[in-house]
Amino acid sequence: MAVGIIGYGAHIPRRRIKVEEIAKVWGADAPSYKRGLELLQKSVPALDEDTITLSVEAARSALARAGIDPQEIGAVYVGSESHPYAVKPSGATVAEAIGATPDCHCADFEFACKAGSEGMFVSYGLVKAGLIKYGLAIGGDTSQGAPGDALEYSAAAGAAAFIMGADEERIVATVDETYSFMTDTPDFWRREHQFYPSHGGRFTGEPAYFRIVTGAVAGILKKAGMTPSDFQHVIFHQPNGKFPKRIGKRLGFTPEQIETGRVVPLLGNTYSGASPIGLTAVLDVAKPGDRILMCSYGSGAGSDAFVLTVRERILEVQDLAPKTRWLLDENIRFVEYGEYAKLRRKIRLASE
Amino acid sequence: MPPSRSWRSYPQTYRLEAARCKGCGKAYYPPRLICPGCKGREFEHFRMKPSGTIVSHTVIRTPSSEFSGLAPFAVGIVEMDDGPRLTLQLADVGFEEIKTGLPVRLEFRRMYSEGESGVIHYGHKAVLVRK
Repeated sequence: MAVGIIGYGAHIPRRRIKVEEIAKVWGADAPSYKRGLELLQKSVPALDEDTITLSVEAARSALARAGIDPQEIGAVYVGSESHPYAVKPSGATVAEAIGATPDCHCADFEFACKAGSEGMFVSYGLVKAGLIKYGLAIGGDTSQGAPGDALEYSAAAGAAAFIMGADEERIVATVDETYSFMTDTPDFWRREHQFYPSHGGRFTGEPAYFRIVTGAVAGILKKAGMTPSDFQHVIFHQPNGKFPKRIGKRLGFTPEQIETGRVVPLLGNTYSGASPIGLTAVLDVAKPGDRILMCSYGSGAGSDAFVLTVRERILEVQDLAPKTRWLLDENIRFVEYGEYAKLRRKIRLASE
Repeated sequence: MPPSRSWRSYPQTYRLEAARCKGCGKAYYPPRLICPGCKGREFEHFRMKPSGTIVSHTVIRTPSSEFSGLAPFAVGIVEMDDGPRLTLQLADVGFEEIKTGLPVRLEFRRMYSEGESGVIHYGHKAVLVRK
């Protein structure tokens, strides 16, 4: 039985802040940050946007493409490290808003930036096991970086949603293989009640991101009996513009295979939304028969990898909801650091 | 607003559920028990399409305390494609861009929260449709 994605969608806030604008405030050298991180700008959520609102909008786009009754969705999973509540599931509000309640399993996932792909993995598994008809998996974040920290240049907001199903006539991309690779690696964390995350600086690179992603890609290629040249597109977790290019080159992928799903230079790092949003950008332009490899990465640390094959139906659904590149390029508004600080609640108000 | 009260309105605030009178066909949001037009008591419940047109608008500069962090913000009366007129915040827009007759779509947004520890209320706001 083939199981795969039957609907997908992304949502990105409209506001952006440029790297120069952040660097100006902290007296940092913007060109070196832009060169070092390969970032131009990042998305900034409005005061009325959070992981739940972004997830609902992404889920509605996924539903528009899937063309199913939301009452048939048997599971809703939201992966994020910026759930609005410490105790109360984001997924419950999302499920209520799209009309998937009450006959529905729901859970929130956390695993730094791979919480979204965890939901995809579990939804896929439940559909394959025959326990549910459709499963909705969302990765989304309104991530925070401490003022002046390197993370502030990249921590962004956005969400992507995928509906997994086994309807032959609805599948837009089959999931052909999955593989997860995980060890305890303390490269990035946020303790209870802390507003900003902490990270291990350069330790987040070789021993963490590069080792884990390499392990996951090697594992899934071996399991699937495939090589890098078998794929038209590959999407890696993208904390900055440089990491996915470097890991791609190291693993034998070409820049052309990486570029369509590398949305981070214009978007920033959307954490749990990062590789899932990259996958939506690829699906927006994919052709039937295309093979796609997606590999997430979450600090702590682990990766979920998926091999997908695009089906004919992709051509029928691509225009049924906003495309990710349109969300990235059109209808955007740049803000200055003062407004950014207000929107990201970096200013304490008298009423707080 | 107590959580129980907002919970009762989830069908409307979360899913834009309205009711159409089976007698005269007029749609109401929120649903009514008796149609003011034909006095009919039978309604068909449906989910409105999240699209409409700006009928009127203003800018709020001195809001009530729940919305003080958002000020100034625009509020408009939006005629939904399904008929009912809703009063909504107009989000992500410069005030000079707002004009009567412009098409909007409704997006799920945070409305306000009960301080730092209370519940967060969600609903819909209107954003301009841009091609």
